[in-house]
Amino acid sequence: MADVTLPAAGVAAAAPAEHEPGPAHVEHGPVDSHGTTGLSNNKLAMWLFLGSDCLLFGGLISTYMLYRGRTQNGPKPDQLYEIPFTSVSSFVLLMSSLTMVLAVSAARRHDHQRTRLWLVTTALLGATFIGGQVFEFTSFYREGLGFTTSLFGSSFYTLTGFHGAHVTLGIIMLLSLAAMTLRGRIPGDRAEVVELVGLYWHFVDIVWIVIFTLVYLIPA
Amino acid sequence: MTTVEPTSHPGAEPAVGVAPEEEGAHLTYEEHSDREYFKVAVILAVLTAMEVAASYLELGVLFIPLLIVLMVIKFALVVLFFMHLRHDARIFHFLFWSGLFLAVAVYVAALATFEFFLSS
Repeated sequence: MADVTLPAAGVAAAAPAEHEPGPAHVEHGPVDSHGTTGLSNNKLAMWLFLGSDCLLFGGLISTYMLYRGRTQNGPKPDQLYEIPFTSVSSFVLLMSSLTMVLAVSAARRHDHQRTRLWLVTTALLGATFIGGQVFEFTSFYREGLGFTTSLFGSSFYTLTGFHGAHVTLGIIMLLSLAAMTLRGRIPGDRAEVVELVGLYWHFVDIVWIVIFTLVYLIPA
Repeated sequence: MTTVEPTSHPGAEPAVGVAPEEEGAHLTYEEHSDREYFKVAVILAVLTAMEVAASYLELGVLFIPLLIVLMVIKFALVVLFFMHLRHDARIFHFLFWSGLFLAVAVYVAALATFEFFLSS
C-alpha cells in the first residue's frame, strides 16, 4: 500500500478538477497484489489451492482405504510394508518441515544466505524421501506388486505416486527459489515467496502424516 | 491459544502473551520463533516414535484410536505452528478447514456407498 504513487499535493491543488489524474495514472501493482481484503492475493490463492488439494488426497486415500483388502492373487500389505524403513523416511520428511520453516524465518530476517541454506537442506531431505520411495516401489515390484496386479496395488501406487509427484514438484520449486534468490531475480516481497513455497511443502508433509498412519501403521 | 502479533510482519515486536522474559528478553521475535519451531519439531519426532512403538505393541482396541489421535495432533501442530495458521487471517482457516472437512466427507460418503452396495 505504501508504494502507491499519488500525485503531489501541490500539483493536485493547482490542476483543475476535470484534469485531475484518474485511477489509470496510479500504479496499481502493490494494491492489486493485496486486493480489497488487505491480504495477499498470492497467499489467498495458495490456501485455496491447498484446500482443494485436500479433496484430491481425500479421494485418493478413500479409494485406498476401500480397496486395500482387494489383493486378489498378489501380495498383501502386511507382507510388503517395512515399517522401520518407512518410519525413517517419514521422519526425514517431518524434519524437512522444520528446515522449511527455518528458511521462512530467515527470509523474514532478510538473511538471504541462511534462507538459501535451509531451502537447499529442505530440498535434500525431500530428495532423500523420494529416494526411499523409489527404493520401496522397486522392492514392492520385485515382490510381485505391479500397478495392475490388484486393486490394492493400483490404489497404493496411485496414492503414494501422487504424493511423490507433489514432493518432486516441491523440490523443483525449492531449488528454483534458492537459485533465484542467489541471482536476486525474485520480484516483490521475497519473504512471502518463500512462505508460499513453505506452505506447499508443509502441506505435502501433513498429507504424508495421514498416509503414514492410515496406510502403513493401521493394518488392513 | 495465546494471542501473538502476526508473524507476517517482519521485525514485529513480541505481542501480549508471548512472555519473552520466559525465553530471554534478548532474543528477537524471529529467534524466539525459531526456538519454538525446534520445540515443535521435537514434539513431532516424539509423537512419531510413539506411533511406531504403538505398532509393535499389543494394544488391542486402543491401537487404532491412539494412532488416529497422534496423527491428528501431528497434523494440527504442523498446520498451526509451521504453516502459521494460528496467527493468520480467518479466511485462510476457512479455505483450508473447509477443504479438509469436504475431504473427510468424501471418505464417509464413499464408505457409506460401498456399505450400501455390499449389503444389498
